[in-house]
Formats: sequence, structure tokens, C-alpha cells
Amino acid sequence: MAKRKQIDRRWIFLLIFLGVALPLIIKVGLPVEITKNVQMVYELVENTPKGSTVLISFDYDPASMPELHPMGLSLLRHCFQRDIKVVFTAMWPMGVQMAEDIVTTLKPDFPKKKYGVDYINLGFKAGGMVTIQSIGKDLKKIFPEDMYGSPITEFPIMQDVNNYNNIAFVFSLSAGAPGIKEWVQIVSDKYNRPTSGGCTGVSAPAILPYVNEQKQLTGLLAGLKAAAEYENLVGKIGSATSGMDAQSIAHLIIISFITIGNINYWRKKNKQKKDRKK
Amino acid sequence: MKRKIPLIITFTVGVLLIIAEFIPHKPFGTLSGELEEWFLVISGFAIILGQLSLLKVNTFKIKYKQKDWQYSIITLASFFFMVGFGLLWGTGKSSGIFGHGEVISAVIGIKPFDYLFQNVYQHLQATMFSLLAFFIASAAYRAFIGRNLESNLLLIAAVLVMLGNTTVGGLLTSWLPESLNFLHLPKVSEFIMTYPTTAGQRAIMIGAGLGIIGSSLRIILGIERSYLGGE
Repeated sequence: MAKRKQIDRRWIFLLIFLGVALPLIIKVGLPVEITKNVQMVYELVENTPKGSTVLISFDYDPASMPELHPMGLSLLRHCFQRDIKVVFTAMWPMGVQMAEDIVTTLKPDFPKKKYGVDYINLGFKAGGMVTIQSIGKDLKKIFPEDMYGSPITEFPIMQDVNNYNNIAFVFSLSAGAPGIKEWVQIVSDKYNRPTSGGCTGVSAPAILPYVNEQKQLTGLLAGLKAAAEYENLVGKIGSATSGMDAQSIAHLIIISFITIGNINYWRKKNKQKKDRKK
Repeated sequence: MKRKIPLIITFTVGVLLIIAEFIPHKPFGTLSGELEEWFLVISGFAIILGQLSLLKVNTFKIKYKQKDWQYSIITLASFFFMVGFGLLWGTGKSSGIFGHGEVISAVIGIKPFDYLFQNVYQHLQATMFSLLAFFIASAAYRAFIGRNLESNLLLIAAVLVMLGNTTVGGLLTSWLPESLNFLHLPKVSEFIMTYPTTAGQRAIMIGAGLGIIGSSLRIILGIERSYLGGE
């Protein structure tokens, strides 16, 4: 088969660059539709009684920040709005900084929220699935101190939290392993506690099977679109919604190139057929 | 003996943990809890092992001037800078050997470790991940060609999911009447992700799960010994 004439990849790169950069500079503000999985996560937080304690695990690093950070921000904002207490953990070493960054960003909006009373950061713990399993037996044994080295028994938020029975739900912001899969397999399957999560768009197909009739996962925030939907539900538009414009344009450019590629292919194929008949 | 002892340990621990899963009472429950703690301690050491390995590999590269050895200097310098700053002045609210480094923090705004993390590391990682967008666009143009039935199915599914995951996708089909709502692009995308994709993923997961059971049994029973080195 004759070699297809290809577009110089630098043109593709240039168009993608413009398609991503321009909507971030000039806000388009296209409407975002709410999907079922995102609504489920929102309702999970809405239905959690005030004063309950939830556990959010930051299982990602800066590479996945554009997708997962807006989810974390909106989720924590939602929890704080509803007076839900939050315990942070991280199964990824960099997750600790991610949690700290989110708390710092939200601090001006919630000046009354106190460390140790309304939220606490327990830091990173190696061990992945085994750590998650051990938290179910005795959280204070696995995390005797918070990330700053203070004994967690000193903090009012941790007085009645010993294992998953004292946690209203667990939420993992995950960019891989250990992440949502491990939390589901232990917290939901073994301890039968509500579990939910947020993941990057690319890992969504591997996590979606857990959103099922048995409610292994109560909803799922998958990718930037879900983050934008959650921002809209919480009522505070952030980087995910503006990022969605950039993602939408980039997707349209990719689809256009796929169409051009196919037209070129079929034209070549038809030409070859005609040449053979001659 | 050198191989027999690890095999006996593996067999005993493996069988014990399987029993503990079904009989979580004394002594199995207590023993499995103890073993989990051992695992956590070993996991901590794995991080140190990783750091030592990084040092060894890069030092070796520089010493023998292997291909692209110059990059190893940057790797090691970055490693020592980050570890050094973290140890000397701490991170966040934690203090280091020299306290909180108020003098430096007054100049750069935050602690040196946090400054490098926020202004260098975060952006470098985000850049690496963002580059994917360019390569995916180029690869999609070359790879998504409808040559036969299978590639056509893949192509159509990919375009529908891509469109459904955009805000434009919803706008394109927003004019559809209520009776044709199932053709609304975000709904079509959701359908593809919920049914065909999930069904395929479940098949893969069940297959992988059975594979893991098989490999675990082979390791516990001492049939698979490659983890001991050699063979």
C-alpha cells in the first residue's frame, strides 16, 4: 500500500497548544451537564449528618493535579459547608502536600475551621492495601501521630475515631495504585462502609466496574468533566470548569484530525482501486 | 538451606494469612495483625532502599561516564537539594535541624523545600503529564483509521466518548426531543462507558484476579521461586 501523506506533526502540536491555551485565557463558559455518578457523590456528602467524620485520602502527586485537585477543593468545600469533619491521609508520599495545598487555598473562605477540631492531616503511610486494612482494625495504632508529629489523641476530632466504624464515608482521590481500588476492596467490601472516589479520566474505565448495584463505590468523579460538574453542584466555579473549555476544544481538534486522517486514507484506497482496474 | 528457609517462611505466612481471612479469631487474627505491622515496617524500608538504589545507579553512571551521564548529575543534585532543605529547615509546619529557617523564609516567602516543591517540582511533573496531550493528538490522527469492522467500531466509540466528555457534545444534541434523549451525546458516552466498557473491564479483572490467585498459590507452595533470585 502506498504511504499515506501525513500532516506534519508540528501543525498538530501547534493547534493543540492554541486550542488548550486560548480557552484558558479567554473564558468561554460552556454549560456543564451533571451526570449520575457525580450526582451520587454530591448526595453522599449531602446525606452525611452534620458533625460526622469522613476520611479523604490523597493518593496522587502533582502530575495529576489539574484533574484531581479541583475535585479535592470542591469536595472539601462541600464538607466544610456542611460542617462535616475531615481526616486526611495519603497513600502516596506527595499526597500530603496536595492536602496541605487544598487546606491553605480554602482557609480564607472558612476562617473558623480549626486544625485538630474540624480537620486533621495524618500524613503519608507506606504499605498501600495493608495500611488500609490495618486502619480498619485500629487507626490510632497505624497513625499514632499527625503529620507534624503531635500525638493524635491530643486532638478533639480524633477522640471518637478508632476505625472505619467511626467514619461516615471514605473518599479516595486517586491517580493509580494504591488508590480507589484498594480502598474499595477493603473499606467497602470488607468493612461495608460507604466508599467513593475521584480518578483521572484515563483510569476511569478501570474504576467504573466498582460503581454497581452493590454500591461498592457510591458514585465516581472521573476526570476533569466530573470535577467541573462537582464545582457547579457546590456552586463555586473553579479551574475545572474553565479547564473544561480547553479540554472540549482540544477534543474537537483531535476529532478533526481523526476525520482528516480517515478521509486521506479512503481517498488513497479509492485511488488504488481505480489504478488496479486500469 | 539458603533456599529452604525462605520457602518455609513463605509457606507458613501464606497459609496463616489465608486461614486468618476465614477464622479472624485468636490466634490467627492476632498473628495476621502482627504480620501486617511487619509489612508496614518493611514498606518503610523499601523507600530507603529506593533512595539508595537511585544514588548507586546514578553515581555508577557518572563514575564510568555512561551514556547521558550528565543527567545523573542533575538527578543527584536535585535529590540532595530537596533532602538537604527538608532536613535543615523542615517542610510546612514541621521544623528541621536548624528550626524553621525564618531568615530564608522571609526572603522567599516560604520554606526552601516548599518553595522548590511548589515552584519547580509541581510544574515539572504537570509539564511531563501535559505533554501527553500533544502525543495523543498526533497518535490519534495516525492510529484511528477505519480499516476494517473492528477498527471502525473502535473509531466510532472513541469519537462518541470524546464528544460526550466535552461541553460541546451536550450542546450539539441539546435540540433533540425528549423521546430521542437516549441519543444525546453525553448519554451515549455514559452508555458506552457503563455497559460495553465496564463489561470488558470486568472480564479483564476476573481474569487478572484468577491469575493472581494462581500465582499466589504457586509462590506459597514453592512452585514459583523466581522471587528468591535465579531460576
